[in-house]
Amino acid sequence: MQNDDVIWDVIRHHHCSYMAKIQTGNFCRNPYNVTGICNRSSCPLANSRYATIRDHDGIFYLYMKTIERAHMPNKLWERVKLPKNYMKALEIIDKHLEYWPKLLVHKIKQRLTKMTQYRIRMVKLSKKVREKIMTVPRKEVKRESRREEKALRAAQIENVIEKELLERLIKGVYPDICNYDEEIFNKLLDKNKVEEQEEEEEEEAEVEYVEGDYEIEEEEELEDIEDMGDFLKANNFDDIEGDEDDLEEQPAKKKAYVSYPLKQDDGTEKVRRKGKKVVVEVERDEDMGNRQHNAMSNCAHQKLRFWHVFGRISRFFSRQSYQFEGIFFFFFCFRFFLCRTMIDLWFYSQEMLQRDSLLL
Amino acid sequence: MAKEKKRKAAEEAVDGDDYIEREDEKPKKQKLILASQIKNKEKRSAVYAKLKHEKRVEKRKKIKARDAASKQALELGEEPPEKMVPRTIENTRELDETVCRPDDEELFAGNDADEFSAVLKQQTAPKVLITTCRFNSSRGPAFIKELLSVIPNAQYYKRGTYELKKIVEYAKNKEFTSIIVVHTNRREPDALLLIGLPDGPTAHFRLSNLVLRKDIKNHGNPTSHEPELVLNNFTTRLGHRVGRMIQSLFPQVPNFRGRRVVTFHNQRDFIFFRHHRYVFEVKEKKEGLKDKKSKASQGKTEKKAIARLQECGPRFTLKLVSLQHGTFDTKGGEFEWVHKVTLSHVYSHLTLD
Repeated sequence: MQNDDVIWDVIRHHHCSYMAKIQTGNFCRNPYNVTGICNRSSCPLANSRYATIRDHDGIFYLYMKTIERAHMPNKLWERVKLPKNYMKALEIIDKHLEYWPKLLVHKIKQRLTKMTQYRIRMVKLSKKVREKIMTVPRKEVKRESRREEKALRAAQIENVIEKELLERLIKGVYPDICNYDEEIFNKLLDKNKVEEQEEEEEEEAEVEYVEGDYEIEEEEELEDIEDMGDFLKANNFDDIEGDEDDLEEQPAKKKAYVSYPLKQDDGTEKVRRKGKKVVVEVERDEDMGNRQHNAMSNCAHQKLRFWHVFGRISRFFSRQSYQFEGIFFFFFCFRFFLCRTMIDLWFYSQEMLQRDSLLL
Repeated sequence: MAKEKKRKAAEEAVDGDDYIEREDEKPKKQKLILASQIKNKEKRSAVYAKLKHEKRVEKRKKIKARDAASKQALELGEEPPEKMVPRTIENTRELDETVCRPDDEELFAGNDADEFSAVLKQQTAPKVLITTCRFNSSRGPAFIKELLSVIPNAQYYKRGTYELKKIVEYAKNKEFTSIIVVHTNRREPDALLLIGLPDGPTAHFRLSNLVLRKDIKNHGNPTSHEPELVLNNFTTRLGHRVGRMIQSLFPQVPNFRGRRVVTFHNQRDFIFFRHHRYVFEVKEKKEGLKDKKSKASQGKTEKKAIARLQECGPRFTLKLVSLQHGTFDTKGGEFEWVHKVTLSHVYSHLTLD
């Protein structure tokens, strides 16, 4: 015989396997429970007339149990499919549970509301793109890091890069990098190349990527004379005498810069004006002194260049016909330079004159 | 002790020719007892130390003999005996069919029809969009700042909660040529997603060993000149494709005056990224330093032309995890290559190299 009170008494005070005790209260894990709480009115076992809503694959079903079928557990629960429309589902619930206790019906409707809401949310979430976290087993991570270390050691990256850059330099990819002296470098590179070729073994054809060859030549602009004021103020005259080539063994005339066009040397300077650019050929004499420098810095180059240019210009003006203009030139520069430096300049230009006259 | 005695006896039996009968008996009992089989720790360590010492002595003898032989040969004017080359993975690579050959017509045709050919032929200038994943990371922002200084014409956009596909669309509208997504795991940049636009392939790299500029000793500061690219060792077809993809991030006309070089060096499927400033110099190498007693000047000073590098910018390694055809679409996209872990690792089987 089905006596709900007896059942409840036994369940509550002794043991119910569906009960889960948590800090906040007692919960019922029975899938047919409407509210989920372990209560006298919500326990599906202790109520012979009971109803729930359960969800299968997004479709809600209304389950009902009556006391008439209590002796046939197989056919105990009657199932009604509920439509997806919330209002229609409510109507159907009302229809089936018309004469049932209001409390239960109310609880069922509440449950239906909750379930429809979370169904909507689930559908929305599944449409959204979420990041999936892929884990990599630790063994693999360690293995990869070990292999990476070994690969790094085998790679010898710095050496490879340096070699590659030198190769590109030899090939001539770089049109002008002005911090080295082209002549020395070419000589040394040819030597290097010869050495390498002797040692070289057969290499496989590697596909290498090189940035497109930059073949546009630049012509260096000579700064206007006005700007030289800064140079002179900044630099000491004393420095200039010392700056020399380290190429004593080189034959007579050498070029200082890559991009300067080749000219014949007949002892005269050529000052050409191409619009705003002034292309000047710089020639160096071989007996310039003994001090050696390994590589000339950019500053030193420009300093030297300036002085040479100035010397040329002053020599030009010092010719008989241009004496008058020469004086103008002198005073023109005077505006911008310090007195002392001007005098030094003048002496220097005179010196250059003498030297040239000796040569001539 | 008993074992040791047995071992000694066994050795003696082998050495000595007198006891022939013993030799016939001994083979059954004559087992080479490894040092690891001795249970007594002190004895075991002593035996092992002795073994090691013997091995070392042998090795030294060999080396000396080899050196003497080569020296002799040089003096006599003959060819020195061949130097032994150690076996490396690079030496023992199996013949790979997919290695690019320099005369491959198909390859060049493929290159022309590539997604990157527009950028690489300088028809469009590369424009890069950098963004992150949704989560925070402590080193991420610093890394991205450095990436912005390495790659010219790159812009950083905050991620927000946009889907990646929407970001791709947005970038297409704004005419970007590629997207870089820096992905974070456990507050460290962990992966790099390189998406080419439009319809470019998506490459997923795993990032490791990130060293930021401030952590490098004597680092240099990069300028804003366009860098030179050096891509080493991308030999297979897949490697070639990845190489071109990386190349399409950078402008094709480098400014050599800036003397900046960005290197992607591929070794055994790991792509090492380096960023340097370089300088060409003449180095004097003095020879004959060994002879300290000579009163004469120190031989000739040989001058060599070298390139000197100063590292600037971040340093990291990439490993290709997957290459997908088309823009980012993990569910519907077609994967050209996915990294599969095989149980048996064949050392010389490499995919990008």
